[in-house]
Amino acid sequence: MPRITYIEYNGTEHTVDVPVGKSVMQGAIENNIPGIDADCGGECACATCHVYVDEAWLGLVGLPTPGSQEASMLSFAAVTQPDSRLSCQINVTQAMDGLIVRMPEGQH
Amino acid sequence: MSDQSRHIVIVGGGHAGGSAAAVLRQLGWQERITIVGEEPLLPYQRPPLSKQWLSGEATEETLWLRPEKFYADATIDTRLGLRVTRIDRAAKTVTLSDEVMLTYDYLILATGARPRKLPLPGSDLHGVLELRTVADAEALKAALTQGARLAVIGGGYIGLEAAASAKSLGAEVTIIEREARVLARVACPLLSEFFETFHRDRGAVIEVNAQVAGLEGEGGRITGVRLGDGRVIPCDAALIGVGAVPNDELARDAGLSCDGGIVVSLEARTDDPAIFAIGDCTRRPLPLYDRMWRLESVPNALEQAKQAASAICGKPGPAPEVPWFWSDQYELRLQIAGIPFDATDIAVRGSVAEGKFALFHLGADGTVLAVEAVNASMEFMGGRRIIQRRKKLSRAQIEDMAVSMQQLAA
Repeated sequence: MPRITYIEYNGTEHTVDVPVGKSVMQGAIENNIPGIDADCGGECACATCHVYVDEAWLGLVGLPTPGSQEASMLSFAAVTQPDSRLSCQINVTQAMDGLIVRMPEGQH
Repeated sequence: MSDQSRHIVIVGGGHAGGSAAAVLRQLGWQERITIVGEEPLLPYQRPPLSKQWLSGEATEETLWLRPEKFYADATIDTRLGLRVTRIDRAAKTVTLSDEVMLTYDYLILATGARPRKLPLPGSDLHGVLELRTVADAEALKAALTQGARLAVIGGGYIGLEAAASAKSLGAEVTIIEREARVLARVACPLLSEFFETFHRDRGAVIEVNAQVAGLEGEGGRITGVRLGDGRVIPCDAALIGVGAVPNDELARDAGLSCDGGIVVSLEARTDDPAIFAIGDCTRRPLPLYDRMWRLESVPNALEQAKQAASAICGKPGPAPEVPWFWSDQYELRLQIAGIPFDATDIAVRGSVAEGKFALFHLGADGTVLAVEAVNASMEFMGGRRIIQRRKKLSRAQIEDMAVSMQQLAA
């Protein structure tokens, strides 16, 4: 099962197994990792599951499609960066074993 | 954990109660937590019940807020299928419906709301449904067979979402609304008109200004809805969605201050310092709008869960949020930021005809109070920021699509 490392804004690391097919957001919620709120439950409606994808993984994970719902939501999420994604929109694949994401200071 | 450790009892196993338990553990509460839930299920998400649950895309497991394993790992005790029948504030105990008594150091009331009942003749007929729980949704799903006729009493969000799902599943739908337009209590006339047209175009029949006089049946099953003008709308099932009332009786009986919901502070604390209340059952301050209000939404449940957990753990509370809501109907995504209290003008950004627009509700001084966005997430997100900052904008600025949302929100 792919292992994903979530790093809180304060630096605390959480490394957990996330089954293939779940989203990166679900991996955080199911393991009660602080820093990802996911108010809407994964519907891409709220932008409270915002993460920064580690540079080494950006190529594999990719950026949101320009003009997509995710891109629109992210354009006003708290403290966005060029490596910002909504974690509910990243579906975990076997190739993501080792993925590192960091959480922003806040989701609201 | 010894028996001497402190104990937080959460009354209610819905979105608010389940989230409070999870956030308490995130914030470092290491002592006892018990959730008492009336439904026989672990805390789950209700929004998919009118949508993905009916279409079969959601399962019990995908509804869960947290997987079963979480509660064991986090040593959160769940007492499901039970109600709290009494709070003894002096002794700091609650009594459950199985007569078991629990002592608490902190109590979190997350008792939610229940569908408002209509005192109609025939309400007890089979096929008369409401939609709040998984059990309700299951009964509705069973009724939505190809060609079945569903009468939806009440043109609010629940009714419209269920109507959209029912049509998509091949049922015939009639929406019966007492007011002159659907969404009358929660949206402006322009938005009501847009949704009415959309639903009619998809084949739903909408009856407005329609009083329901009674429900007719045969052999104990519903056969039709009788209107005030004497007409009968034939149906195989009727879904009643006419709002919700807060479950504040337990708090009332315990002498806590209630006013159409349990009155709480921005820490989600009641007038008893050891008792908090969160979610649909509360009447809470809205700092942005300088008033007390009762919100029925998932974001509100989560915000108040954080407020209560932060106060109990001695951490700073979350920054106040702009209230927000969403509703999915067919391919329409409605996202609403803020509440248009005392709004005097509406600016329309985008194209209503193309189904991609946002309505900005403005106060007399031009302050943006609320944004209702249809398939316009950028306007919703930008609107949230604008409202948070109490920014003033003119109608001309908002309606000029040459001005980007980034510029408007800057």
